[in-house]
Amino acid sequence: MLSYIAMRFLRTIPQLFLISVLAFIIIQLPPGDIVETQIQNLQASGATVDQRQAELLRKQYGLDRPVHLRYLLWIGKIVTKFDFGYSYAFQKPVADVIKERMGYTFAIALLSAILTWVIAIPVGVFVAVKQYSLADYIVTFFTFIGMAVPGFFLALVIMYIALTKFGIRVGGLFSPEYMVAPWSWGKFLDLLSNMWLPIVLLGIGGTAGTIRTMRAMMLDELRKQYVMVARAKGLSELQVIIRYPMRLAINPIISGLMWLLPWLFSGGTLVEIVLNLPTAGPALYSALMAEDMYVAGAYILIIGALTSISAVFSDILLAASDPRIRFGGVEGV
Amino acid sequence: MATDNLLIEIKDLHTYFYLAEGVVRAVDGVDLRIKRGQTMGIVGESGCGKSVTALSLMQLVPPPGRIESGEILFYRAVRGNNASTMTEVVKITDLKPNSKEMRSIRGNQISMVFQEPMTAMSPVRTIGAQIMEVIMLHQEVDRAEARRRAIDMLARVNLPNPAQAIDRYPFELSGGMRQRALIAMALSCHPSLLIADEPTTALDVTTEAQILELMRTLQNDLGMAIMYITHNMGVIAEMADEVAVMYLGRVVEQTDVQSLFFNPLHPYTRALLKSIPQLSDATAKKRRRLEVIKGMVPDPYSILKGCTFHPRCEEMIPGVCDQVLPMLIEVEPNHSVRCHLYGTP
Repeated sequence: MLSYIAMRFLRTIPQLFLISVLAFIIIQLPPGDIVETQIQNLQASGATVDQRQAELLRKQYGLDRPVHLRYLLWIGKIVTKFDFGYSYAFQKPVADVIKERMGYTFAIALLSAILTWVIAIPVGVFVAVKQYSLADYIVTFFTFIGMAVPGFFLALVIMYIALTKFGIRVGGLFSPEYMVAPWSWGKFLDLLSNMWLPIVLLGIGGTAGTIRTMRAMMLDELRKQYVMVARAKGLSELQVIIRYPMRLAINPIISGLMWLLPWLFSGGTLVEIVLNLPTAGPALYSALMAEDMYVAGAYILIIGALTSISAVFSDILLAASDPRIRFGGVEGV
Repeated sequence: MATDNLLIEIKDLHTYFYLAEGVVRAVDGVDLRIKRGQTMGIVGESGCGKSVTALSLMQLVPPPGRIESGEILFYRAVRGNNASTMTEVVKITDLKPNSKEMRSIRGNQISMVFQEPMTAMSPVRTIGAQIMEVIMLHQEVDRAEARRRAIDMLARVNLPNPAQAIDRYPFELSGGMRQRALIAMALSCHPSLLIADEPTTALDVTTEAQILELMRTLQNDLGMAIMYITHNMGVIAEMADEVAVMYLGRVVEQTDVQSLFFNPLHPYTRALLKSIPQLSDATAKKRRRLEVIKGMVPDPYSILKGCTFHPRCEEMIPGVCDQVLPMLIEVEPNHSVRCHLYGTP
């Protein structure tokens, strides 16, 4: 098991390298360089910039050096100083832009993922056990709706209803009076009262999908003979279901964890834009629109890194849960 | 038949499956008696209700099936005050499938070995964990003691290196070894009845012989009764003391193994015995075609009038067999048959 974990971590190193190269290429893709963009901005505001000044700026950014050195400079700063460059759209270092959004992004996405599991796993198991019952048909009906309706559309509908019928302002994470206020108990409560809606909206699609997965997996497992053997042991039905078919049916959920971290980042972008949330997705979107390439590059790098890291964790969890994977892999060789 | 050494008595058991296409009368009036320490062989074609009878005995009939009527009595041995054993009658058919009392019988006093050793254990838990689970469920012992007993049981079923094997996962063992582990699991609480539902069907012949030998040895050591379900007459000859032949949810003949092979009464039993391929047929100069029972098992939704075997029977009496359902009558001591050839009801 330990060697499996070590191997799995080693394998991510080339992955991370490739991701960083890719992110760097994307930063370089737009015609011109950041100095040009900066000069244009300065000129637009009425200042004059001469050629010498531009050269100086280029030297300062290291733009006069060859491409591979520029890459090393960029990645070196990220690794050593967590310095992702400067965002022109937000007028501050990229690291600061990410930092202030990271907390909310993780909080919202993690809570909606937890909500998804807490609802979807028991419900999926229940409807599989009660296949073709009324409850099964009702749940199936709603899961199809939940999977088919896009989250951003649901967000729009709920905002419209909340505003027109109840006069409640929906959107953002804080009420206007707390928007710039320092952290206090009141601000925290305000955050909670605003956060449940995006959590639920982001969770709906995933919940519906996970219920379907859980139901299908459970139906497969329930037919297997070991379930009858477990019953023949004298275990209660609940013990049988939790200890036997559920232990196996949970595997796709564990391997699905791989998508959790990247999804936290970008999965709910549309919903987040509609709800005007200060999270990562909308920032990446606006950075791309504004050709703010250092922000975009940083996001791509982070999403890529998170994907490969969460793949490692979901693989380790899966190996811990299912010995067949453990034995079929590195240890067996 | 004396009742003092009776273990299981099934009286007119009906287990039906309520499907959208109709009602399947999987077990339609089964009478059966199993004595302590005896091996009762149940033989019959696929779909004749052998397995459902066994599952009814455990109250494990899967929905949409359920026990419709009839009685299953379990003469449970309980230890008396002065070290004497007494029997107490438990009416299994009165217990709810998921009730605490039924669960305390299941896996403890009546346990079962299933057909497919490959899928009978969860692949994600060690065989030790799955065996210890039963022991700890029914006996008040701690983990260490349960583990010790599980290793002891694995040694009894001749699993090599039981102390190491206990921490193996099922997929690390061969089919024969897995079936041994499953037998160890079923016997870990020293049941008074072991139901073996075609336990060797999925195994090769050599392994089958070893498993049968093992079950006989364990039966002698532990003194349990075995209900051995099979469609293989050879296995019946090897294992059983008493045999019940089933056809379409009913017992058509019940007797001891000697009488069954040397003096079969029911036309179905005779036809079954004739349809066994003989080695001498292959070596004989004039080859004989393998005899088969004509026709097919009728579809499960139909209800036949009279004896259910009459459309396929060589000795059918028109006007009688297709009109009246024969009763199970004892034509000789300890030899019952359900056929009009041996007396009218």
